[in-house]
Amino acid sequence: MTEPRPAVGESIPPVRQPTVDGTVPAPAGLVDATVNAGLELKIRSQWSYARTRFLRHRLAMIGLVGLVILFGAGAFANYIAPYSYSEIDLNNILHAPTTIGHHFFGTDEIGRDYFSRVIWGIRTSEEVGVSVAVVSSIIGLLFGAVSGYYSGWVDNILMRITDLVLTLPFLAILLTAAALLGQGSQWRISIILALLLWTGIARVVRGVFLSLREKEYVEAAKASGAGDMRIMFRHILPNTLGPVIVNGTLSVATAILVEAALSFLGFGIKPPTPSLGVLVNSGQTNPQQWWLTIFPGLTIVLIVLCINFVGDGLRDALDPQQRRVRA
Amino acid sequence: MLTYIVRRVLYSIPVLFLSTFLSFLFVSYAGNPLAQVRQNPRIPASTIHNLIIQNHLNYSVPMRYLFWLRDVFLHKFGHSLLNSEPIWPDITRTIGHTAQVILIAEGLAILIGIAVGIFSAIKQYSFFDYAFTSISFLGFAMPTFWLALLLQILFVDIYLKWHVRIFYTSGLNSGSTSSTWSIDRLQHIALPVMTLSIISFALYSRYMRASMLDVINSDYVRTARAKGLSEWRVIMRHVCRNALIPIVTIAALNLGGLLGGAIVTETVFTLDGIGYYFVNRLGTLDLYAVMAYLAVTSVIIIVFNLIADILYGYLDPRIRYD
Repeated sequence: MTEPRPAVGESIPPVRQPTVDGTVPAPAGLVDATVNAGLELKIRSQWSYARTRFLRHRLAMIGLVGLVILFGAGAFANYIAPYSYSEIDLNNILHAPTTIGHHFFGTDEIGRDYFSRVIWGIRTSEEVGVSVAVVSSIIGLLFGAVSGYYSGWVDNILMRITDLVLTLPFLAILLTAAALLGQGSQWRISIILALLLWTGIARVVRGVFLSLREKEYVEAAKASGAGDMRIMFRHILPNTLGPVIVNGTLSVATAILVEAALSFLGFGIKPPTPSLGVLVNSGQTNPQQWWLTIFPGLTIVLIVLCINFVGDGLRDALDPQQRRVRA
Repeated sequence: MLTYIVRRVLYSIPVLFLSTFLSFLFVSYAGNPLAQVRQNPRIPASTIHNLIIQNHLNYSVPMRYLFWLRDVFLHKFGHSLLNSEPIWPDITRTIGHTAQVILIAEGLAILIGIAVGIFSAIKQYSFFDYAFTSISFLGFAMPTFWLALLLQILFVDIYLKWHVRIFYTSGLNSGSTSSTWSIDRLQHIALPVMTLSIISFALYSRYMRASMLDVINSDYVRTARAKGLSEWRVIMRHVCRNALIPIVTIAALNLGGLLGGAIVTETVFTLDGIGYYFVNRLGTLDLYAVMAYLAVTSVIIIVFNLIADILYGYLDPRIRYD
């Protein structure tokens, strides 16, 4: 972006002074000259570049649209589902998918409408996925920030813990925790998942903090009297937001998959709360009724696929080293 | 190198004790080992009292861990609290079955994954590349239990429609005989193996492709081409060998995932492996059996991580340990 030369006869604009929030305002004369010449001066931030890159990422947009539809259906389940998830109709047991009576996905072994159950199941998955991602990101962010910034013994302990977690059979520990403490409740399961999933994000944040704490601008902030908290949260933390957003998005998918596996094995969310894993399990007891297995499973696949696409798009968009917009 | 190996082995011993200690703490505080026994009205209070004394349940949890450790080493994990059966015979029997399934699946996934990864990297952005990229995306999004269930339903349907038995959909052997390497056994474990290898295949092909693309643009590959080597020789001799090194680490880390996948897969196919054993024991809250599973699988994962680290140093001379 080359600055246009001031028009002849105009005085040279004064030296630009950075304002308090750090942005440099374009001098009044220059803006006028540019506008007079018929050109537009557009100040673009990193975020607007990222937004452009994301919007041009084809797979990410497909994923986003799919996700909005699926999660929208889940969020407005009470308007969209034609039946309640527990309404029993013993005259229509194990009915194949049909448009008659809006049983799009058929009915299960006690005649409950499967379409409604899947929609309500999406809602459960979505609540678990999003809450686990938010909580585990916050925990990971705090732990990563503290251990990366202070290094020393805090860092040592944290890294030993994450090493230790890597040596444990992850799914087995989760199953044990869910069986002993979960009590089949959605919120207990979410908390257990969040408490076991934060180590990945902590590692990423720690890496960024370790590399940035030696930078000159941190030193400058220290020299001008900023406290540790201010440097950590005001100066370094914004740089970790990119990777944290990407990781957080992808951990929604992980949480949904793990919750489905737990519920499928009978240690996760228990009926009557409809969960996609429990629904697939009811497909196992009726293998001849293909719709009982196909629809909830396919829904999980679609949700996870869409989240992964969006996550990949975000990764490409938020990486400032990468200017190339991928087709 | 030797000192590194020794140090690495010595380091993994405290890690092992710490990880078992933590899981013991967790299991003991979160669950009551006698919950099932106490619920049974036919078991008199004196029996429960004896159980408590016999299993040192009146001690504090750290002390119980020490007693548990003694049992592990002297009495091979001791007995189950619920039915007083010894734990070790079950573990050794089931782990053999699981090892057969997991190792075949891992081998297949690595072989096919590497081949597909190499080919996708050479023909980047070709139809083949896009096709397998989509397949691996699906593989990442697919829940293991759903894939297993789909395969099971498919082969049950084939049997019911045409009365041909291609693969069995549950169990380990037909009849009561147990033979490790027979056609019958292979027909039984084919579907679990297929499930686990499809899931891992996605991982290996993606990593191999990325790792190939990392290497393929480096200067020494250009040199190799410039001195007139055939393309086949450049890819096989110069690119592949270096691209394969990171796969060693991935394979070791994936083993933990495969053990998790085995839990789900064995449950779907009711295969008498260690994962199915674990789920059953967890269902009845047989906590000492659960602890035995956690300890054994931790040992397996730690040993494989160790092997991967040592192999990595051996394969990549740029890494120096001193």
